Amino acid sequence: MSRIGVFVCHCGLNIAKTVRVSELVEFARTLPDVVVAEEYKFMCSTPGQELIQNDIKKYKLDRVIVAACSPLMHEKTFRKVIAATGLNQYLLTIVNVREQTSWVTSDIEVGTAKGKALINGAVYRARLLSPLVSRVIDVNPDIVVVGGGIAGIQAALELADTGKQVYLVEKSPTIGGHMAQFDKTFPTLDCSACILTPKMDAVLQHKNIKMMTYCEVTEVKGYVGNFDIIVKQKARYVDHDKCNACLACTEKCPGKGVSEWDEGLAKKKAISIPFPQAVPQKPVIDRDSCTFFLKGKCRLCEKVCEQKAIDFEQQDTFVNIKAGAIIVATGYDLMDTKPLVQYGYGKLPGVYSALEVERLFNSAGPTGGKVTLRDGSEPKSIAILHCIGSRDKNNHEHCSRVCCMYSLKFAHLFKEKTSADVYQFYIDMRAAGKGYEEFYNRIIEEDVKFIRGKGARITESKEEPGRLVVEAEDTITTKFINLPVDMVVLSPAIVPRADAKDVQRMFNLSSDKHGFFMERHPKLAPLSTMTEGVFIAGVCQGPKDIPDTVAQALGAAAEVLTIVSKDKMELEATTAIVNPAVCCGCQNCVRVCPYGAPSFNEQKNVCEINEALCKGCGQCAAACPTSAIIARHFTNEQVLAEIEGLMEY
Amino acid sequence: MSIATPFLEMSQAIVDAGGEALKKCYQCGTCTGTCPWTPITHFNIRMLVRMSQLGLEGIEDNMWGCSTCKFCVDRCPRGVEIIDLVRAIRSVYSMGGMLPQSLRAFVGSMSARGNPWSGDQEKRNDWAKGKYPLYTADKEYLNWTCCTSAFDPRNVHVAKATAALLDAAGLSWGLPSTAVNCCGESLSKVGDSELFERLKTNNLQFFDNNEVKKMIVASPHCLDTFTKQYGRDYKVIHLSELLADLIKAGKLTPKKDLGGIKVTYHDPCYLGRHNQVYDAPREVLQAIPGIDFIEMGRNREQSMCCGGGGGGLWMEKMKGERLSDLRIEEALATGATVLATACPYCITMFEDSVRTLNAEDKIKIKDVAELLLESLDINVAEPVADVCTTS
Repeated sequence: MSRIGVFVCHCGLNIAKTVRVSELVEFARTLPDVVVAEEYKFMCSTPGQELIQNDIKKYKLDRVIVAACSPLMHEKTFRKVIAATGLNQYLLTIVNVREQTSWVTSDIEVGTAKGKALINGAVYRARLLSPLVSRVIDVNPDIVVVGGGIAGIQAALELADTGKQVYLVEKSPTIGGHMAQFDKTFPTLDCSACILTPKMDAVLQHKNIKMMTYCEVTEVKGYVGNFDIIVKQKARYVDHDKCNACLACTEKCPGKGVSEWDEGLAKKKAISIPFPQAVPQKPVIDRDSCTFFLKGKCRLCEKVCEQKAIDFEQQDTFVNIKAGAIIVATGYDLMDTKPLVQYGYGKLPGVYSALEVERLFNSAGPTGGKVTLRDGSEPKSIAILHCIGSRDKNNHEHCSRVCCMYSLKFAHLFKEKTSADVYQFYIDMRAAGKGYEEFYNRIIEEDVKFIRGKGARITESKEEPGRLVVEAEDTITTKFINLPVDMVVLSPAIVPRADAKDVQRMFNLSSDKHGFFMERHPKLAPLSTMTEGVFIAGVCQGPKDIPDTVAQALGAAAEVLTIVSKDKMELEATTAIVNPAVCCGCQNCVRVCPYGAPSFNEQKNVCEINEALCKGCGQCAAACPTSAIIARHFTNEQVLAEIEGLMEY
Repeated sequence: MSIATPFLEMSQAIVDAGGEALKKCYQCGTCTGTCPWTPITHFNIRMLVRMSQLGLEGIEDNMWGCSTCKFCVDRCPRGVEIIDLVRAIRSVYSMGGMLPQSLRAFVGSMSARGNPWSGDQEKRNDWAKGKYPLYTADKEYLNWTCCTSAFDPRNVHVAKATAALLDAAGLSWGLPSTAVNCCGESLSKVGDSELFERLKTNNLQFFDNNEVKKMIVASPHCLDTFTKQYGRDYKVIHLSELLADLIKAGKLTPKKDLGGIKVTYHDPCYLGRHNQVYDAPREVLQAIPGIDFIEMGRNREQSMCCGGGGGGLWMEKMKGERLSDLRIEEALATGATVLATACPYCITMFEDSVRTLNAEDKIKIKDVAELLLESLDINVAEPVADVCTTS
């Protein structure tokens, strides 16, 4: 005989609007073994929690059912509530009468009926629950941060300052990310390099940060507290331990490649650093443009290097890292706008993409900070087109969030550096950040012309060859604008990195419908992921500006500390175990497990489950033909009883 | 400034008539910026959507400008089905008696005679002069003749060319009986859904009774209606696609050299943007010896509209407000002496423009099928090329 208490939450009107809560309580009181049933407006609040605790004591309850929101939301809360009274925390059952009941119907009859059925099932299940003991594991205190943009840099510095060892893994030859490509940042217009390069240098100097540039994570194994990560160090063909950064090699190198850093607007030497303030200040050889790799001879760099640092024999190497937690901060790409033929990008030389323009403004860029067109002339009139591929069902439905503001910044810089007339073609101006509206007003007063209508097409001018014509409706006057300009800047959609899917698989993340990495909860767990111990920060989670990116990075660092600041941690007890006496060794469990927890013991001819890897999803138990696997807390008996209860109602 | 009061009941009526899409629009103006009418008329498609969102007075004065070319729909960042919306708006207002004079004759003829050309239905197959059999269930293809090909003297030549080509390829085919009527495409775009349903039901009766499985259509408007609005699973193939297939299969072999004539091709909106057929007509043209094929600047997905869709064929447009005139000028600018296309509406619009622009000596309007027939150099019992030779 169990002594069950049922506690039904109104959640304000969230539940009560489409579920008659009192009727649920009355119903629960009629069920066998239920000794008390109560309702409360907000069960998760302090008075609600106390109500449960008092009843546990008063009625000597040994099972507690809370009918409220999703267990994802408050299972942990209520487990603590009952544990505080001395009851084993696994004797709690959550009934989801919000997400799966009241929120999915507008019919109060249907909602109430479903709520009763769920409670009936939960009572059946609760009777069969047994107390479980949580596992305690050792925690590795080191941290891996993936991505060396502003998010990764900020998180790494913060964590390193607490004394933890941080590995900062960056794919390209320098840290800095997109922010290092910018000239100025909105809305304050402070110089991007002035605020970023000191941080880049701090990373290089920090004794607790192991900076791993030109590296990629190739494998992630393990679990929270104990990740095993393999990092590939791509061959640089330069021994960075010997190199003294004199860059004599770059000076003499005849090989010319395309500079990704300058968005293809400039050439770079085959052996070079991406830009003068790059960190590290040591070059790598680009195989695709190196004369030796292409033609089999040259090796000029080798001859001029006094340090004997050039090593054409260098191979990719692999490094194993152990860490307790991971931050993924892999950033973004800009959409390729070539397929949008109406805008002529890639065909009409006067059409530029936003990042190209960032490089034109930058004093370390291809034009030394002068705004000139591809033919070297200065534009006399410039149109900036918002929302190219963003907010667009044919391309990317999301708002890219920063384009309004950087387009305003572009307008300001164009006004400062040229005498051009500047036009903005926009749909809605979004200037909701701190100081952003003020910036918008400032740019309006700088006599930038705002045309409320999305740029529809760019054509070559018939009257003035070489000039462009922007076609759009000014929706305010309903006039069809045909604006001749010398330069068009497209503000394209911010999209997930081209390799985001690979990163997602490797770290076992999920993604939203746009391909950005998904947070565990949009409001209350914005930096956690569905994988314990892996956190996300910056634009890989969704478009955002630098202040928000930095705030997320700091938040992710704090999240990481909650794990690595302790040397041990408690894990869920709801894992699967194998009864070796019944196991037939078929290895179905090994095949179905998404986490690699089961393995086959050839000597004993049975499967075994590594509890540290097991997440308790139960797939193995369902796949086991001999019922040798028991999913604790979701045993066959418990699940079947719950179904019986549901069917009975 | 005039005072306007939102009249949401009107907006709701438009939604109820199939204009649900108006709720999605965020008024960015991409449609107006893309619309081929924008530079030459006062028609403003975005404003029409806006007025419909609020049910503002004056919608009826703005709703006839659209020729349903689908350029705006393809570009719309919100996925608004603008053509459905235009149809719904017209349906609400034209049912309320707001049909313009020029369309009254069109709708009247559709209602009384089942075709838009005031033709005698009994004479629907007269162009064939009894030479071709009627469709029966044992035949492979129904060769559906568009009303415009059956009754319009210029387009009759396309009907004849089509029949000659199908015979030359040795296909088993027949014509519909005179019991059928117009597919109803333009009528549905004008907003008369009731009459459209009547025409559709009558045609379906013929299709069902005669177990039609495969249909050849020379008009992209028939193609669109039969595939998207009739709800049957028969196969409908546009003539240009069939001809391209027959050439590939070696069943039709163009031999006669047309002597190096410069030919350009106009993508009909309902063949291209509406049904994504871009390559087949070009393949046919390029298979013909002695054709120097040249593209106009605006082609394929970005093709210009002739202005004949959405009821436009039956509406009067002032000089300077005709898209077909602009398209002829564009074709002339390429140096082409033949403007080929694959739609009876486009042919009608262009023939009119060539006449009013006095360009008859400079450029000929041809259906792709007519050019192919010329180059087959076969003896057609009755010459079809009496008004449409290229020389």
